[in-house]
Amino acid sequence: MTEEIIIAGFGGQGVLSMGKILAYSGVMANQEVSWFPSYGPEMRGGTANVTVILSDNRISSPVLNEYDTAIILNQQSMDKFEQHVKPGGVLIYDPNGIIHPPKRADINIYKIEGTLIAAELGNVKTFNMVVLGAYLKAKPVVKMESVEKGLEKSLPTRHHYLIPMNLQAVQKGFESLELVHGVS
Amino acid sequence: MGELRLMKGNEVIAEAAIRCGCDGYFGYPITPQSEIMETLMDREPWNETGMVVLQAESEIASIHMVHGAAGSGKKVMTSSSSPGISLMAEGISYIAGAELPCLIVNVQRGGPGLGTIQPSQADYFQSTKGGGHGDYRLIVLAPSSVQEMNDFVETGFKLAFKYRNPAMILTDGVIGQMMEKVVLADYIPRVTDEEIDRRHGSWVTNGRKPHRERNIITSLEMDSLKMEQNNIRLQDKYAKMEEEDVLFEEVQCEDAEYLLVAFGSSARICQKAVDQCREKGIKVGLLRPITLFPFPKKPIAALAKQVKGMLVVEMNAGQMVEDVQLAAGCMIPVKHFGRMGGIIPSPAEVVEALEQKLIGG
Repeated sequence: MTEEIIIAGFGGQGVLSMGKILAYSGVMANQEVSWFPSYGPEMRGGTANVTVILSDNRISSPVLNEYDTAIILNQQSMDKFEQHVKPGGVLIYDPNGIIHPPKRADINIYKIEGTLIAAELGNVKTFNMVVLGAYLKAKPVVKMESVEKGLEKSLPTRHHYLIPMNLQAVQKGFESLELVHGVS
Repeated sequence: MGELRLMKGNEVIAEAAIRCGCDGYFGYPITPQSEIMETLMDREPWNETGMVVLQAESEIASIHMVHGAAGSGKKVMTSSSSPGISLMAEGISYIAGAELPCLIVNVQRGGPGLGTIQPSQADYFQSTKGGGHGDYRLIVLAPSSVQEMNDFVETGFKLAFKYRNPAMILTDGVIGQMMEKVVLADYIPRVTDEEIDRRHGSWVTNGRKPHRERNIITSLEMDSLKMEQNNIRLQDKYAKMEEEDVLFEEVQCEDAEYLLVAFGSSARICQKAVDQCREKGIKVGLLRPITLFPFPKKPIAALAKQVKGMLVVEMNAGQMVEDVQLAAGCMIPVKHFGRMGGIIPSPAEVVEALEQKLIGG
């Protein structure tokens, strides 16, 4: 199994930390992982993206031009990455702020109302965990207990009291994924 | 077996330095390598191993602090990114001239000038052909994974002390910023002052001892005949490096009809390009120089007799390609493919370049 993912959105949405928790979950499941961020002038409000690869084998390039899955969280990223999903691959997006929804007919398109659900959960910061849950519904690449262990590893001990709330968000996202267009 | 972690390449450099018994780090922040000093400051190794971590007022000050500390036989290092390494060039030349061991980490970004903070490999010439003035060489190690960022800290120090010569880890923003699994090295205690006297008493300036002559550390020699002897000694040392310490990796070269040659992050991209070529039925292999100096001339010369052509892939305008051409000796076409300005080539672009430049498709 090799899963090549791009997660792209605004800085501040938790794009990089979502990728980090996913990567840690892969480590907990004994997979090979790589996490390569866009870095530099990005800041809150700017664009940010991260490429995460989970594999049973040694990972070659950490930099890719096509992806098994694209998780897209703003319009700029939709414009940039929709065309780079492999045919038959998966695109997951949050419709909040998306003016031009994805049009590809040869990929599986899902949506997750991450912004709304996080607000309903009472903590908008759990947005990225809702999206992570939705992703794991579409692509069960790691088990929920690996995500829990991944959260424990990636969060400093002083933030461990937040883990139950984050897992609740992951669960809610898992239950709330909607298929928009399927090919397989 | 060491500890398994998920870490950024830059963070691993810091952790490996502490664990390998490094005595001192002197540096100045610059993107994309600032996590090295950040991690060191966060880890506070002065409480744990006694390692000194100091933010100097500039890169120039950092490298001269390294120069001084290296003269006392200590295991010391600095790190920077391209423009900062240019500022250090004078100091590096002096350290090479004075024959002192130290480790320099260059997490490259695009140039010239301030350029960009995005990844690049445009400092190949600077690292392998001088950079500073005079006939000197650095031992240059090019890691292509976060694990090698860990491993090459100790390797770099070992080679630096073996030859009393500065060693450089030449990496870039891709490896520095990415996270991968890494098995951290076990702790090695710092070398004691008594041990430094025993091992390096013939050259260290750590206070004159009653039983030995005064040691002098300098790169200056006004007598030309003596200076030429110094130069010859340095050149003999570099020749010995080429005999004894060349490192490289061959991937699927046994049946290769075409060869990709790439170092560092480009080599990772090329590994995927090799897989993609083989899926298409093109027999491609990859040679990855790990030491850029001493350069793996012999394996390239051997493969030049086997393959129909070579493509050198670098994130620059064509630098290592010159060394590959020299080693291959005009027997086969040796072409270059590169992206610049902080652009990272994709595996698909490499495959396309190989087809266009070597196969003519």
